[in-house]
Amino acid sequence: MNDRDMLARMLGPDGPEVTCEECFERLDEYVDAELAGRDPEGAVPGMAAHLAGCPACREEHESLRELVSDEPS
Amino acid sequence: MDVAPCERPPAGRSYRGKKHLRHDANHQMTALATYPRPSMTDDSEAWLRRLRGPAAERDAAVADLHALLLRAAHHELSRRQIAGPDRDDLAVQAAGDALVAVLAKLDTFRGASRFTTWAYKFALLEAGVKARRRAWQGREIPLADDAWGAFADPGPSAHDSATTGELLRAIRTAVETELTDHQREVFVALALQEVPIDVLAERRSTTRGALYKTLHDARRRLRAALADHDLGAIS
Repeated sequence: MNDRDMLARMLGPDGPEVTCEECFERLDEYVDAELAGRDPEGAVPGMAAHLAGCPACREEHESLRELVSDEPS
Repeated sequence: MDVAPCERPPAGRSYRGKKHLRHDANHQMTALATYPRPSMTDDSEAWLRRLRGPAAERDAAVADLHALLLRAAHHELSRRQIAGPDRDDLAVQAAGDALVAVLAKLDTFRGASRFTTWAYKFALLEAGVKARRRAWQGREIPLADDAWGAFADPGPSAHDSATTGELLRAIRTAVETELTDHQREVFVALALQEVPIDVLAERRSTTRGALYKTLHDARRRLRAALADHDLGAIS
């Protein structure tokens, strides 16, 4: 891990972010917007910042995106 | 929110008293705006119709849903390189717990995503939490005093620049002087020792959301204390 990653992990995102609860509640909407080529941050403002700051929610986002993208549309 | 008798929150989370809130830049929690939602797809409507249909149709739909959730749980556990009988056991547990959660929350699905995307997230959450807790079974959370060992400063040349070395020292000072005991404990465990948040939540009998709120507040205090430093590189 380089210094920048280490500092980012300590200080987290700068700016508004959703909570873990809202992240879970709207993760499906965010991922479908991403995969459909719509603006995901427009659909769920503050989600990108939260995913940057919360490793557990980020893992769930990456996993859901990967799972859905492997499906036939 | 109405809670059905059979409902229980997904692992590490709480449905109780949940409000749609956001941390804003001024450290406040503000109510969310309402966003326009896309209309429900035919596929999603078919899932809901079958799951609410007559007994035989519903039973078949529940079986299909369980198979879908089991596939998602295996996907998550595979990503974590868990294999063999352990993976099968965890996947079955996660799919079962996710099925209960999905059926209990069915009336809250509004079609903002495809039904399958919505359902998958419950299985991924359950499988991920179970996997993290399994990885930490029998492991103690390291003492806070040991936390800075990994960040011991052997001199400016060890860091990308003298500036980041200086910043790390300032953060360490701010952690000691600016945070409450609870904030320091949570910050050290999550941000320095990389203890999974669900593991810490289980050990502290709290939720992921409550711990992240504490981490968020701690980070804000640290950023405020570091106002004189250039944080542009990590913003």
